[in-house]
Amino acid sequence: MFSLAALSVLKAQTPLEQEIFSLLHKTKQPVTDPLLTPLEEASLRAMSLEEAQLRRAELQKARALQSYYEAKARREKKIKSKKYHRVLQKGRSRKALKEFEVLKKLDPEAALTKLEEMERPRIEERMSLKHQNKGKWARSRAIMAKYNLEARRAMQEQLAKNKELTQKVRVEPESDEEIDMTGEGLLPDSVNQVQPSMEGANPWMLGKPSSEAKDSGTQEDPKDTRESAAPEDAGNEEEVVSEEEILLQDFEQRRCARQQQAGSPERHSEWARPDVEIRNSQPRESRLGIWSPGQVEPAVQEPEGPLLSEQLGRLQTLEEMDALGQEEGAEEQAQPWPTRALQGPEEEGSFGEERPARKQKKMINLQAVLAEESHVDALGADLCLWQEEKEEDEDQRLMIKEAFAGDDVVADFLQEKHKAEQAGKPEAVDLVLPGWGEWGGTGLRPSARKRKRPCSLICLIVSQVPHQVNELPFPFDHCQQFERSVRAPVGPTWNTQRGFQKLTAPRILTQPGHIIQPISAEEASPRSAVPIRWNLAGFSCSHPLGGRVA
Amino acid sequence: MRVKVLSRNPDDYVRETKQDLQRVPRNYDPSLHPFEVPREYMRALNATKLERVFAKPFLASLDGHRDGVNCMAKHPQSLSTVLSGACDGEVRIWNLTKRECIRTLQAHEGFVRGICARFCGTSFFTVGDDKTVKHWKIDGPGYGEEEEPMHTILGKTVYTGIDHHWKEAVFATCGHQVDIWDEQRTSPICSLTWGVDSINSVKFNPIETYLLGSCASDRNIVLYDMRQSTPLKKVILDMRTNTLCWNPMEAFIFTSANEDHNLYTFDMRFLESPVMVHMDHVSAVLDVDYSPTGKEFVSASFDKSIRIFPVDKGHSREVYHTKRMQHVITVKWTSDSKYILCGSDEMNIRLWKANASEKLGVLAPREKAAMNYSQKLKEKFHHHPQIKRIARHRHLPKAIYSQAKEQRIMREARRRKELNRRKHSKPGSLPFVPEKKKHIVAVVK
Repeated sequence: MFSLAALSVLKAQTPLEQEIFSLLHKTKQPVTDPLLTPLEEASLRAMSLEEAQLRRAELQKARALQSYYEAKARREKKIKSKKYHRVLQKGRSRKALKEFEVLKKLDPEAALTKLEEMERPRIEERMSLKHQNKGKWARSRAIMAKYNLEARRAMQEQLAKNKELTQKVRVEPESDEEIDMTGEGLLPDSVNQVQPSMEGANPWMLGKPSSEAKDSGTQEDPKDTRESAAPEDAGNEEEVVSEEEILLQDFEQRRCARQQQAGSPERHSEWARPDVEIRNSQPRESRLGIWSPGQVEPAVQEPEGPLLSEQLGRLQTLEEMDALGQEEGAEEQAQPWPTRALQGPEEEGSFGEERPARKQKKMINLQAVLAEESHVDALGADLCLWQEEKEEDEDQRLMIKEAFAGDDVVADFLQEKHKAEQAGKPEAVDLVLPGWGEWGGTGLRPSARKRKRPCSLICLIVSQVPHQVNELPFPFDHCQQFERSVRAPVGPTWNTQRGFQKLTAPRILTQPGHIIQPISAEEASPRSAVPIRWNLAGFSCSHPLGGRVA
Repeated sequence: MRVKVLSRNPDDYVRETKQDLQRVPRNYDPSLHPFEVPREYMRALNATKLERVFAKPFLASLDGHRDGVNCMAKHPQSLSTVLSGACDGEVRIWNLTKRECIRTLQAHEGFVRGICARFCGTSFFTVGDDKTVKHWKIDGPGYGEEEEPMHTILGKTVYTGIDHHWKEAVFATCGHQVDIWDEQRTSPICSLTWGVDSINSVKFNPIETYLLGSCASDRNIVLYDMRQSTPLKKVILDMRTNTLCWNPMEAFIFTSANEDHNLYTFDMRFLESPVMVHMDHVSAVLDVDYSPTGKEFVSASFDKSIRIFPVDKGHSREVYHTKRMQHVITVKWTSDSKYILCGSDEMNIRLWKANASEKLGVLAPREKAAMNYSQKLKEKFHHHPQIKRIARHRHLPKAIYSQAKEQRIMREARRRKELNRRKHSKPGSLPFVPEKKKHIVAVVK
């Protein structure tokens, strides 16, 4: 109908046009100049290719998260273990009490209402006397109690529970009393209710993965449910599709918020930065607090530490040594655990999320999905797209070129790459000190002549970053000193023969086959005639019989 | 016709006599030899790798004893002779160049507890579980003679160690107490005792030769002055010391091998705190011996390894182990500072190189120069991470590795606990005790 109308409006002016229009009419293609339907046009305008990619990635993430939470909820519902529930309840009650404390300080009225809520289980217990051992079970146990120790104990437990529940609520955070398994206890019921969602109608987006993982009860959880998680994950994907629309709206809002920020990618860094993650600030401070008195402690024997790195494998060929070098990159991230253990308790708080994340890696590769950098993917995909187009028709290529005339994808990508490279490079530490013949003090710029170049970066080719020293070694105070010590060549190519011999002379010279006698008391005494040379360690070296110690 | 030729004066490029070096015209302009640092770095890296490739320290195993080797003694004048005493009372004299036993004698019934050579090198002493001290000649018996000691001293108690004076004809034994004997007499010239427990080992100071040190079972190290005939002072440690050894280049420094897996280097003038605590073994350290250069020492431990420590460092620079070597009871560093001998529980004495990748024998001057150069380069670049990692890599047997890991965990736990305690108690209520002082209980004069 549209094309007919168009035909009637348009008049084919040239025979070529006529032919084309007839062709188009036959195949029922739109005839007018913009070759896209209005709907397509609108959607094309609505999002550029990049945004489409972004949205796709977001959807992926959302789906993954959803499936993860669903699986988790399903798992947790299945747990029947009493110990687990007891522990869970304990944790929840503690948390509730803490929140109550906080609420008391912030909003006393709300605290009052919450207190009333917390009273509710007590009221219920007093009204119903559920644990007063008057039910069918309790009566049967009472008969058995005379002969059976276990039955007696069970009854006593029930009575104890009754006592607890009828106690008035004390608002102390360390209430380690046993809490009823069925969920009634010192908890307000609101803890068990689903918290009202803050953002949209998405119940799956509640809570934080780290806090869930930190729950004390989850120690048994991964063990029990690791096997069941895998088949469950497969089944979840289809069910989630229907909720995509809700998520889409959600992400619209998020994207708008994100576009307002600077366009730097969110790096999923392992080390918490205090400006980015506020919740890690406290453990970080406590970490600093612990270390400041610790550093005063003169317990360190030597700054070096063990001289050998003792391993289980042998290094016998040059190839194995080269392989050792390449492993270093991986090793540096997972620090050798003794040093890690040194920071053990401080780490626990801030990096606790890392460990459960690692534990749960077997079940779902959530972290990997979340850590995807979508915009890089977008550009990469774009490049592939670009290449694919070359193989297809010229028309389509032209069309797309027109559509994305505004984006210079390749240039953008190179820019990003350059940025990433720059970030990866070690920072040039600017340790400029005014030296001899210059004024020192604050606010004075040292002369341009003395501008400092980064430590041993001029000496070694910049591409050999793994070969450079990470931190200033012990005896040196300044970068410059170390650099100078490394720069002076020792070899015969750069020094005269005599100079080379003097530079490479060994510190201890012994004659093979000669017995080295201990030093004599006269030589060792301070007023000896024989000149004694002292080496760096403060030990004397002099001339015993038969051996020459230089 | 004009012919243009190049002409040089042979005086400029030919050496004057056959004794001179060849003249090599060199231009030391740095612009002609660029990239000095990267080139030297690569040479250092290759040198480090080759050092690890050529690190094969094990030389030989001396086989012959029929029971575990309990003690060893070096011949003071001959580098190729070593004496060893076994747990079945047998004493053997070995020739290291031929790697064979040149003499065997049945010295005692029961363990040979101690053996020491006289400073002149013509005789040696042994003590055993049969409460005797025997004086033997190094040369074997002549034709028709029997294997007999020159001299036998019968005592009342078991002697657990013996050491000879470095200059005079005096020796000291230890057991129930420390006795100082003159070679001609059959009863000690003086007996020194401080405390009620038995004494494991006694050693004379090679430099200040009137000084003695001994290790007792009640965890203390006692120092004596022979001239005064009284004990000088003692230091009480956490755990018992097995042996001690005096530094041959430092008059007052000695190192003690302790049961708590550590070695302590003391200055005898300041016994309150050791000069250094050497930690790396994972089981009791049984024996220690100094290199004649006085810069390093070797320690033998109940975990089946021997370690070489520099005197001024708290950790070892080398560890030697073999599958066949069981608990190492005794260790000696030969007098030319090139080899290490260790006697172990499984009846073998092993010969090792002190520097694992050293080339033995006579080296051509170019070879020596090249080796000096690589050594210097390794030292220059040893801070760089790649070189450091390769140079530090050592193989450990699984048992020692897992033990070490476990002990590391324990140490870290203790340290963390202390930190927490300090954090949660009043500042100043928990004093900082340096690592060195932690292991010393008291010093008594």
